[in-house]
Amino acid sequence: MILVDTLAQGLLLGGLYALFAAGLSLVFGIMRLVNLAHGDLIILGAYLILTISTVTGLHPFLAVLLAAPLMFGLGWLLQTHILNRVLGTDILPPLLVTFGLSVVIQNGLLAGFTADSQKLTAGPIEAASVNLGVVTLGVMPVLTFASAVAVVFALNQLFYRTALGRAFRATSDDAVTAQLMGIRPQSIFAIATGLALVVATIAALFLGTRANFDPSIGPARLLYAFEAVIIGGLGSLWGTLAGGIVIGMAQALGASVNPEWQILSGHIAFVLVLLIRPRGLFPRAND
Amino acid sequence: MTALLRISGLTAHYGDFQALFGVDLTLNEGETVAIIGANGAGKTTLMRAITGVAKVTAGSVSLADENLTRLPAPQILTRGIAMVPEGRKLFPSLTVEENLLIGAHARSGNGYWTLDRVQAMFPILRERRQSPGTALSGGQQQMVAIGRALMSNPRVLLCDELSLGLAPVVIKEIYAAFPQIKASGTSIIVVEQDIGQALRVADHVHCMMEGRITLSGRPADLSRDAIHDAYFGVTHA
Repeated sequence: MILVDTLAQGLLLGGLYALFAAGLSLVFGIMRLVNLAHGDLIILGAYLILTISTVTGLHPFLAVLLAAPLMFGLGWLLQTHILNRVLGTDILPPLLVTFGLSVVIQNGLLAGFTADSQKLTAGPIEAASVNLGVVTLGVMPVLTFASAVAVVFALNQLFYRTALGRAFRATSDDAVTAQLMGIRPQSIFAIATGLALVVATIAALFLGTRANFDPSIGPARLLYAFEAVIIGGLGSLWGTLAGGIVIGMAQALGASVNPEWQILSGHIAFVLVLLIRPRGLFPRAND
Repeated sequence: MTALLRISGLTAHYGDFQALFGVDLTLNEGETVAIIGANGAGKTTLMRAITGVAKVTAGSVSLADENLTRLPAPQILTRGIAMVPEGRKLFPSLTVEENLLIGAHARSGNGYWTLDRVQAMFPILRERRQSPGTALSGGQQQMVAIGRALMSNPRVLLCDELSLGLAPVVIKEIYAAFPQIKASGTSIIVVEQDIGQALRVADHVHCMMEGRITLSGRPADLSRDAIHDAYFGVTHA
């Protein structure tokens, strides 16, 4: 019974990691860019929701509706004016630029909000739970997991059911030939980064309502996200959800043995999966 | 005849290497022009320079008197020039049908070529519409690449090495589509290494050698020897 409960909590925690990772996976899948500032952008999103919530008095679940378009705009500007300039055959320049961006965001947040821990207050829902007989699940973790599934489903629909999704996939396959179809790869990349930051904002909502955050915790979220993306198979969105679940379950199992082993267990699971399947659980056929 | 596409003094470089040396070429409305030449003659570079993929360093490209020189590739497509690239270059993540639909990505308004018309011209593409584009045979992939380019309803269709690596019977099947393409109002430039095929389909033939056009004329006016000499760079003392 305890094992079932542990696995259920791990599954739900995996939803949060999948949300951290989905934006990273989206950007990598389309433009082969590893955004080292992704974790910090999630934290920036959390501060944006906090600010909107504080200024307007809106509940964080409503404030996120205002924050998401702002983050889309930020992603679009970031890609158009900075990242598109450094994307090319050499993978080093974009890595260095996003590393620099990570440092700038952390220091900017530190200057603007101090190093004090913050939290998004969602009210009674934070402590609410549902008893399923076998296990009792927190409403927030269930909402987080459901949001992760919804985000991955929506992104998949976008990728495989819309003209924009076709353009995403064509650009990812061959950006030069895509231009011959009238597609502007740089515009496609800007939309993709905008969408990635919308997903990052949803991740920020659940991160901020479930735990404290401060300007320095972005890189650790990036690490979980990166592990989830790699475990799932680079560029595969459902794989990213599976990757998040693997890390979440490993952490929950580790913590059930010894609370100090929680983080380490996730990292060990990451290494083990890579030893068995070096290209991840669901690699794309043409990678 | 009205000049539709006019190329004047076109020069292009790959880094320090000059691939085109002041190429002049005119494509009239409703015409098919063939460009022949050996490997490395500059034929593909010329196609890439016209479509904005290769950088033009001098000269001009104009379509119906609108100067397109140095416009980005997506804008050249929307002005009415589409290309079937060498090697087909289908998108592996897209199905056959999606590969066709992506050709209409930047299209605005109606035109002769629709998904139905392309599939009617090449029925196998309807049959295999859900297959990944790259799972098809070479000839079928070439049909997808032609259909994809037509989906933008171009005024000019550039076909780079259509017959490369294909069996003669398949080449014949592909070129059988040309009358319908011409009848739809699209003018065509084909780049070919297969001289016989080029002479059969073209109203005008240009032979390229080392980045220059060395021979031009109507197929009926060009002797076999003259074409042979221009193709292989033979000079007579």
